[in-house]
Amino acid sequence: MLSKRIIPCLDVRAGKLTKGIKFKGNVDIGNPVEAARRYYEEGADEIVFYDITASSDKRDIMIDVVKRVAETIFIPFSVGGGIRNLEDMRKVIAAGAEKVSVNSAAVENPRIITDGAKAFGSQCVVLGMDVKKVAVSSKIPSGYEIVIEGGRKFTGIDALWWAKEAQKLGAGEICLNSIDADGTQDGYELNLTALISENVRIPVIASGGAGRPEHLADVLTAGKADAALIASMVHYKTYTIAGIKRFLTEREIKVRNIW
Amino acid sequence: MVAIIDYKAGNITSVARALENIGQKYAITDDERKLKDASHIIFPGVGAAGEAMAYLRKKKLDNTLKNCFSSGKPILGICLGTQIVMEHSEENDAECIGLITGSTRRFPERLTSGGEILKIPHMGWNSVNFKREHTVFAKINPEAEFYFVHSYYPAPSDMDVVLGTTDYGITFCSVLAFKNLVAMQFHPEKSGRPGLQILQNFCAWRGSA
Repeated sequence: MLSKRIIPCLDVRAGKLTKGIKFKGNVDIGNPVEAARRYYEEGADEIVFYDITASSDKRDIMIDVVKRVAETIFIPFSVGGGIRNLEDMRKVIAAGAEKVSVNSAAVENPRIITDGAKAFGSQCVVLGMDVKKVAVSSKIPSGYEIVIEGGRKFTGIDALWWAKEAQKLGAGEICLNSIDADGTQDGYELNLTALISENVRIPVIASGGAGRPEHLADVLTAGKADAALIASMVHYKTYTIAGIKRFLTEREIKVRNIW
Repeated sequence: MVAIIDYKAGNITSVARALENIGQKYAITDDERKLKDASHIIFPGVGAAGEAMAYLRKKKLDNTLKNCFSSGKPILGICLGTQIVMEHSEENDAECIGLITGSTRRFPERLTSGGEILKIPHMGWNSVNFKREHTVFAKINPEAEFYFVHSYYPAPSDMDVVLGTTDYGITFCSVLAFKNLVAMQFHPEKSGRPGLQILQNFCAWRGSA
């Protein structure tokens, strides 16, 4: 049977690994190529890079990082952040990434999903969703709203509707990030994750809030996630991926244990 | 020299990088002459069967591949490359190359396992149950897992060509071996060390199991 995937997420700013809390106060914590190699050696099933470089003139640094990563690790990896159009997607894929994730750009121009899927295949297109819990209303019936621009701008779009719509448009996977949980290390947003995962037929990667191995166990069972994104837990070396996988195996959650 | 067939079907760079990592020289080509001169041929691919076949026919690579197969040259199919060595694919109702009898089928809708509905594509890491030993899979831990991403799978009519199977709601053929052809539904170039080992084994293989 298919294993649940454990995916370290590397936020990269101008070529350096960084980490913030609730999308704010980022500090640089190292070299992304070396970190990717370390996680590959430790048993990561996939790696996600998120380019949070603010100025567009420094974006090419990321392409260089992608190229070096592709020479170093032999598992799938995706790149997101600042992808605005088909040309941005093409650059990242040509540099060696398997998947590209689109977030704000897809909200503003949903055709990027369809065009990307047509040009590179659905398996290449990941929809990144940043979600915040809000009051249930006629406009937001699920009580979860899509926010963009790094969590600063509310869009008035219901998260559940958007997930289903993106699937229809051709997205191959959803990376679902709870902004309320991001960086808190208090656990994933289980209700949100289960709600989305049970209502789409494409895989869902849970993101935001991982602090302890139990949190991954929860989101991969009760949260119905196909994969779990982790960051702080491993970036600060509090846990190793191998250790997390041992824990999950003891909990009878199927993960890949040979690498 | 190992030749990677260039037929505009994605992920060729990943295969090339993996070969660089194991120190194997290669050429990416759609030139008939170079393919005939190559010691080994890798037939990778991501995308849809119909488009891939149309391109192969346009470039007459379908015939080249058939000739290389009859000449005994070791051939490695990866993912879509595994599906289109069959006679026919349900994807775009495409007529394929036909090195192996049988067709490529789509996973049934509403696949379940233990009461849970399984998602399509089958995306992620899964294991392979090998039916017998094969040089290309030497030194591979039986517990090893490989990276899959696909909605279709090969269904050969002759069960003797099934080298390995994988479970995902159904048990499907994930590795085919027939004479000098080995083809796998997963991506060895994205399957970590076990995947690199398979590529290394293939490049050293003389074409008879």
